[in-house]
Amino acid sequence: MAEKFKEQAVVISQEQIAPEIYSLWIKTDKIAQYAKAGQFISIYCDDGSRLLPRPISICEIDKEDSALHLVYRIAGKGTAEFSEKQTGDHLSVMGPLGNGFPLKGKKAFLIGGGIGIPPMLELAKQLNCEKQIILGYRNSDMFLLDEFKKQGEVYIATEDGSVGTKGNVLDAIRENALDAEVIYACGPTPMLRALKNYAAENNIECWISMEEKMACGIGACLACVCKSKEVDGHTNVHNKRVCKEGPVFLAEEVEL
Amino acid sequence: MNTKVTIAGVTFDNPVMVASGTFGSGEEFSEFVDLNRLGAVVTKGVANIPWPGNPTPRIAEVYGGMLNAIGLQNPGIDVFVSRDIPFLKKYDTKIIVNVCGKSTEDYCEVVERLADQPVDMLEINISCPNVKEGGIAFGQDPKAVEAITREVKKHAKQPVIMKLSPNVTDITVMAKAAEAGGADALSLINTLTGMKIDVNKRTFAIANKTGGLSGPAVHPIAVRMVYQVANAVKLPIIGMGGIQNTEDALELILAGATAVSVGTANFANPMVTMEIVDGIEQYMQMHGVADINELIGAVK
Repeated sequence: MAEKFKEQAVVISQEQIAPEIYSLWIKTDKIAQYAKAGQFISIYCDDGSRLLPRPISICEIDKEDSALHLVYRIAGKGTAEFSEKQTGDHLSVMGPLGNGFPLKGKKAFLIGGGIGIPPMLELAKQLNCEKQIILGYRNSDMFLLDEFKKQGEVYIATEDGSVGTKGNVLDAIRENALDAEVIYACGPTPMLRALKNYAAENNIECWISMEEKMACGIGACLACVCKSKEVDGHTNVHNKRVCKEGPVFLAEEVEL
Repeated sequence: MNTKVTIAGVTFDNPVMVASGTFGSGEEFSEFVDLNRLGAVVTKGVANIPWPGNPTPRIAEVYGGMLNAIGLQNPGIDVFVSRDIPFLKKYDTKIIVNVCGKSTEDYCEVVERLADQPVDMLEINISCPNVKEGGIAFGQDPKAVEAITREVKKHAKQPVIMKLSPNVTDITVMAKAAEAGGADALSLINTLTGMKIDVNKRTFAIANKTGGLSGPAVHPIAVRMVYQVANAVKLPIIGMGGIQNTEDALELILAGATAVSVGTANFANPMVTMEIVDGIEQYMQMHGVADINELIGAVK
């Protein structure tokens, strides 16, 4: 059983890095020691009217300082509450949660779309192979770009065409005539669906990180299931839990 | 100090249980909770065959609560008996199995399969608002409540708890019907049917359109209904609905519940049940209560 911890983390620093996007470093007791690329943590709200923890992907892991880097978007009142936290403030968290990305030593695409970009950074740092990083943004309000440039060749797609390829991440792959033996991706469902098809057509191994509304975050409530090809181990139907068997799945294994 | 309570001949070390559907069969939470310290684990509903549940999104947070429409996804009785019961037997706690079905025959089949199993009580879910057949359809008609209670009792070896829905005009009518059918105990309340609309997407927040409202928002309704039912029937009551802390649990006991189940609060704080077990003992010490049973229904 994977180790999970509920802790009071301490905010090391927080800054806004793009419209509605925040970069938060927290000091943890044990979570950072056990965390892997592609895992997430649950963050609990202080306001008692908001009961459910918010699942936030891990952007970077600093095991030496037992710290985690989280980059998140304000999506509602809970994440807005987190964005008010300042250095020294406490944050109730649980993790590390989920399975994380498998590290393959093959020529890789690391693909992030929007707020799916952050978890690709720790993966990029962990992977020891040829890396092509393809990032999809809405417009020129980009974030984490300098950090990714240190990890490999970066290609950019923007919906409005203001930077890089006009269009989506697949348009950037085609425009730059890129190829890979393994794909890692996190982003909106239409992007993941397109990548799943692209991977199937080109016979490329493809790992995608999924998202679904969660309550418990640890596999008990069965809120965050996704349709799977194989029968799941919990219920013996075709519902894998994003929080437990995921969030990272082999693309061919899940219906999108 | 005595924290033991007895329901239908089954004695629990303390009155703190977990509400069905919020705790699985305990395995996931066992990393955070010492299951030995719970009065009982009430399992996620189990049917005669695996149920896939509803499409996603299955939940939505609302102010002071949440809506869920999981749809009773469960692995069915075969897997439950071979995997979940052996897991729970490793712990020194009581096992209450929540039973769901689409027809009376389904419920009875599960109850019969559990007859020779080491489980302590059965909780019959006739109040789930999120499934089309069975569930709440049985729980909103007193004749149906009485009939299914009587049928289940014919097949059950363990004491039977009927779990009541708050989505009725007068819950005491359903409580009396369950009593007339031979129920050994009652549990209440299940969730209240609600709805949330996402104004940006102009769609329902959960795929099932409606979902069951739980959490602190429903707690005063639970207190009122436990009080009403306690004064209407002689059966012991397991009270639940929005318990967040010791005070909420004590309210339901003082209103007439012999035991309490903690549900949605497990999501907000996975260790909350342990805090409530400790909190009740502290309350008893502070207020000179020698026996928890003195508190049951003490507010008239």
